[in-house]
Amino acid sequence: MNKIKSKKQKHFNSVLGFFMILIMIITIYPVWFSIINSLESAQSISKNGYALLWCREFTIESWKAVLNNINILSAFFITFSRTVIVIVLQTLVTAMFAYGFSRSNLRGKGFYKTLGLLSMYLNGGIIAYFILFNTLKLYDSYWVYIIPCLFGGFYNVIIFNANFKEIPEALIESAKMDGASEYRIFFKIVMPLSKPVLSALGIFTAVGTWNDYTQTLYYTKSPDLQTLSYYILVITKSSESASKLGESMGMAASSILSTMSSNATSYKTIELACMLLSVIPLIVMYPFAQKFFEKGVMVGSVKG
Amino acid sequence: MSKKNRSSKNFKFGYDKSTQFQLHSLMLPGTILIILFSIVPLFGLLLAFKAYKVTEGIMGVFTSPFIGFQNFKIIFGNYDFLNMLINTLGINLIGNVINIFAAIFFALMINEIVNKRFKSAVQTITYMPHFISWVVFGSVVMILLSGDGGAVNQILMKLSIIKKPIVYMAESKYFWWIAIFSNLIKELGWSTILYTAAIAGVDQELYEAADLDGASRFQKMRYITLPCIEGTIVIMIIFAVASIMNNNFDQLFVLQNSFNLERSEVIDTYIYKVGLKQLQFGMAAAINIFKSAIALVLLVTANKVSSKLTNKGLF
Repeated sequence: MNKIKSKKQKHFNSVLGFFMILIMIITIYPVWFSIINSLESAQSISKNGYALLWCREFTIESWKAVLNNINILSAFFITFSRTVIVIVLQTLVTAMFAYGFSRSNLRGKGFYKTLGLLSMYLNGGIIAYFILFNTLKLYDSYWVYIIPCLFGGFYNVIIFNANFKEIPEALIESAKMDGASEYRIFFKIVMPLSKPVLSALGIFTAVGTWNDYTQTLYYTKSPDLQTLSYYILVITKSSESASKLGESMGMAASSILSTMSSNATSYKTIELACMLLSVIPLIVMYPFAQKFFEKGVMVGSVKG
Repeated sequence: MSKKNRSSKNFKFGYDKSTQFQLHSLMLPGTILIILFSIVPLFGLLLAFKAYKVTEGIMGVFTSPFIGFQNFKIIFGNYDFLNMLINTLGINLIGNVINIFAAIFFALMINEIVNKRFKSAVQTITYMPHFISWVVFGSVVMILLSGDGGAVNQILMKLSIIKKPIVYMAESKYFWWIAIFSNLIKELGWSTILYTAAIAGVDQELYEAADLDGASRFQKMRYITLPCIEGTIVIMIIFAVASIMNNNFDQLFVLQNSFNLERSEVIDTYIYKVGLKQLQFGMAAAINIFKSAIALVLLVTANKVSSKLTNKGLF
């Protein structure tokens, strides 16, 4: 009886292993496909279609074209600077708010709670933001990437709040007895003790900001404010029309693409190289970030 | 002053003026930002009942004339509206059902992996696409499906399942499935993370007791793991129901084109087009209100039903 069971177990384990490997291949394949085709020559693609498993005619021309393109580099710089500024300031502003909110001796907590819950469940919609940003002169300016994103949302406050509550009350009280101000307590005791949750939320903010294109789509119009994600969107939409498929969205972009194309490159390979360029920072960061994922999500789920 | 206070009867620690000032000042930047960017925009909902013109600026939100439910009438009378609603609900309903089942199944399967290294490799790799932007992922999906040498067409033609390449993105009948399955591939790993956390919290003694009773792996899964993560499943279902009117704009806007519009136009993309492209602010606001109202009703209903059925709810 035991033998039958262990045989069955083995069978199940190998089926499970096979299934898992299959799923891993499916998830990783789109990335692999992009890598090999960004390194494939354009002639080969137009002759035989995209490469499936391995490069047939290796060339780095597309990458050269992308890295020499001033528009792409400026989009990269805008995305990067925006992400860095937002991570630092948003984490700080949100943590400051959450610290005050987490203190049991805060007067007027109900007011803050009402504000927070209202902001969490109700939404004025993009039109309201459009009018507001126009009034505040944020529309079509670099600051539209920064100022509206400075507060990380009440959901993050809840996560911070749960974490700050775990810091022993006695620690804070004894610091107060010694005459430390609330500012000092926050910066010297609370922040250093909250590194894991700060990192976790910082990572989610970073990824969200880096990947965002809607802010550009909705609230900017000048080309020099394009972020990398938006730039890729424009290229994608115009390469669609290049393959007789889609909108007349980016005439400018398709002319860019045609000037960048040569024998070895085409809009197809350049599009892929550009996409990979935007993914590289995430892939570099991924191994470091990974250990914080579960922490961030778990804390959120406990209190969220 | 503090000495005097400390001796008085009413003194409670940390309620003095300077502490309160410091706490409130720490909260000030956040408070201003919430009011400015979350509360003030709520007045924009008024636009749904008004005849507002773009040139009127922010004060026009209050001064422009009331027209009652005119905007709503135009929208509901619109020929495309029903179609749009069907797309929104269809993609979300089918997508969510598949997603939740797949995620629970996948989380249970991951839990069954014996080798720890292999387990963490599976998690690392399947979590990754979640962090790639929809612009990039959607573009890759479109390239994979393209009629011009795309991988799917190449493979299907090599297997001689099809004779001529199919331009999947240009045929609206495929759109729902493309949207649903590309989302599944991107988010499957990540959506297991909450279930995995819940499974990790199950009392190990239960499994040991079951082992003594000779329970098989599947029996343990069915009678221990699943009931133990019921609460998480219920919460995920409530969230899914509440967000049924919210499509993933990031995804659908990338995948959408003029050929598949019949099946790809959803409420969120429509709001963008009507509002910011055609500048019909009143109509966009009206759709937004319609959407939020339904979402609110659904959230409350789903929560009530689940607390009746399973005694587990959100609030």
